Amino acid sequence: MNNDYNFAFLDEGSKREIRRSILKAISIPGYQVPFGSRELPIGRGWGTGGIQITLSIIGKDDVLKVIDQGSDDSVNAVNIKKFVGRCTNVATTTDSEVATIIQSRHRIPETPLKDGQILVLQVPIPDPLRAVEPSERVTKQKHAEAEYSAMWLSLYEDLTKFGEINISSEYPCMVENRYVMNPSPIPRFDNHKLHNSEGLYLFGAGREKKIYAIPPYTSVIPLAFDDVPFKVENFEGKHCRLCGATGVYLDEMYSSDTGEKFYECSDTGFCEKNRGANHE
Amino acid sequence: MAYVAVKGGEVAIEASIELLKTFQNAATDISVNAIRDNLSMLVDKIMSEAGLYAPDYAALALKQCDGNVEEAVFLLRAYRSTLERNHYSNEINGKDMRLIRRISSAFKDIPGGQILGPTYDYSHRLLDFSLLDGNLPTENTEDVLEPSQDIVSERISDIFRAEGVLKGCEQEDTTPTDVTSHLLTHPADRSARLQTLARADGGFLGGVAYSAMRGYGAVHPTIAELRSGYVDICVTYPFDENEEIVLGEILLTEVESLMPKAEEQSFQDENVGKAPSYDKMTLSGGYGLAFGRNENKAISMSIVDANLDTVGDTPSQDEEFVLIHGDSLEMNGFISHLKLPHYVSFQSSLDVVRKSGEKDE
Repeated sequence: MNNDYNFAFLDEGSKREIRRSILKAISIPGYQVPFGSRELPIGRGWGTGGIQITLSIIGKDDVLKVIDQGSDDSVNAVNIKKFVGRCTNVATTTDSEVATIIQSRHRIPETPLKDGQILVLQVPIPDPLRAVEPSERVTKQKHAEAEYSAMWLSLYEDLTKFGEINISSEYPCMVENRYVMNPSPIPRFDNHKLHNSEGLYLFGAGREKKIYAIPPYTSVIPLAFDDVPFKVENFEGKHCRLCGATGVYLDEMYSSDTGEKFYECSDTGFCEKNRGANHE
Repeated sequence: MAYVAVKGGEVAIEASIELLKTFQNAATDISVNAIRDNLSMLVDKIMSEAGLYAPDYAALALKQCDGNVEEAVFLLRAYRSTLERNHYSNEINGKDMRLIRRISSAFKDIPGGQILGPTYDYSHRLLDFSLLDGNLPTENTEDVLEPSQDIVSERISDIFRAEGVLKGCEQEDTTPTDVTSHLLTHPADRSARLQTLARADGGFLGGVAYSAMRGYGAVHPTIAELRSGYVDICVTYPFDENEEIVLGEILLTEVESLMPKAEEQSFQDENVGKAPSYDKMTLSGGYGLAFGRNENKAISMSIVDANLDTVGDTPSQDEEFVLIHGDSLEMNGFISHLKLPHYVSFQSSLDVVRKSGEKDE
């Protein structure tokens, strides 16, 4: 552990300030709470919002899991885990069921969150309306008035132009029938995991200086029309080459020898457990 | 491994950092002091964009990262964010600056005089090959460098204010917004605007200011005054509010630029039928301040500041556009994050693209 810096890197005053913003976010599900984002030794845009949340809530008894693209072993996940480990000395794990805090980028683990677990998601562009309106001043007003017609219109325009809604990841959701929220760039496949979850979801955008939250048992519904249901990525007829799982989000891969295409679980912790491998 | 899967992250990171050290393995070591003294204007740039006046640490940052400017700014800013704030310094006034350089493009003769000071402006940009042979770029000119007495001078703009062609500002004693601990909201108050611009990337500010001068904006200013010099940083003595403790001095460059501004006369009903009242011309100002000898940044800042007070459709007149996109850490962080894996979201995009393609079949 690096003793040149405070436990969990940030000074206690900063951590307390960030926790207050988190509490406010939990109290108003889906509302983007501005906060005094601190600079970290990790690049802005590389997960600093999520890291600041993790650093502010982590205690000595926590067990941390960090994933990127579903993988514990991805360079960014390893780097963040190393940094948090270096300034807290907390135990880390790849088992999503053992972790008390899971920090993630672009994925929600396949195994549903349990009561008491916190999933921290890193967010590049927190405002779902940014896709239809560049000005922060305008979008803030629109959220205040729950004025989401531009968003609905853009979905409708997709339908008329392409016969399909073209949003791939970070599909906008309606939270508790009040705020439209960006679930972070998770695939559409993961959207339902936010709805009525047992666990707590915290979203941190360091560069954009916003925190928002989905508390347990909150309604989170992807925007869709009555006659055009929301659709997730299609992996029909495909399975994980390693553990055989179906009905999970799969990474598409190509053999460097033969160019042959195959699939593996994106959630590596889940895959290992499924294979009964004794990891670590 | 035979397959194109990026796993084994931990091993790869360690090997990469090891390689970095190999690439840094220069034959001749260069001391932090040498960087601070020989590359002082680079050090000034780093401090200015990091928002921390610490020449030794800025030089250390440069040494540590192969002289990569945005990386050095990043290192210094990340260090800054761990520091507790025990005191707020009392306000400084550029008027009290102990000048090393001070020029005005508005007037030839100014009270206090023009002081050219150290500048590359009138040097010929020819490579000095004698430096290859180990000659020092500086010569022994101590007697010239040290003015026999402190030069302090009033500001040119105060003359215009006294004359009434430049509107005086009212004394503003509201506590300034601290943009380092609060989200910038729009419209930003002036303290937030100036802080944001003062920490902005010099290249970004230069580009925005240049666009404003060329026509994508409304401002082509005259530099009323550009001054560089030292100011004392003081805090109030905790046991006696009337006394100050001097912590040290910092080198600053301050710019005030001026430009004509039309002032609309409001139309009033009681004036109907009377002689028409015309709009008035006044002078308006822009303000720039940067750590160290940082002249183009301070000038650019003053242009951008003035330009934001005008109304129009150009990027340089859009406050959110200008204030949100100029931070070195934020812009470089977001650009570099594209190097991170996006397998999951790209897979999702592929799903959308393939589904779309299937419709034609």
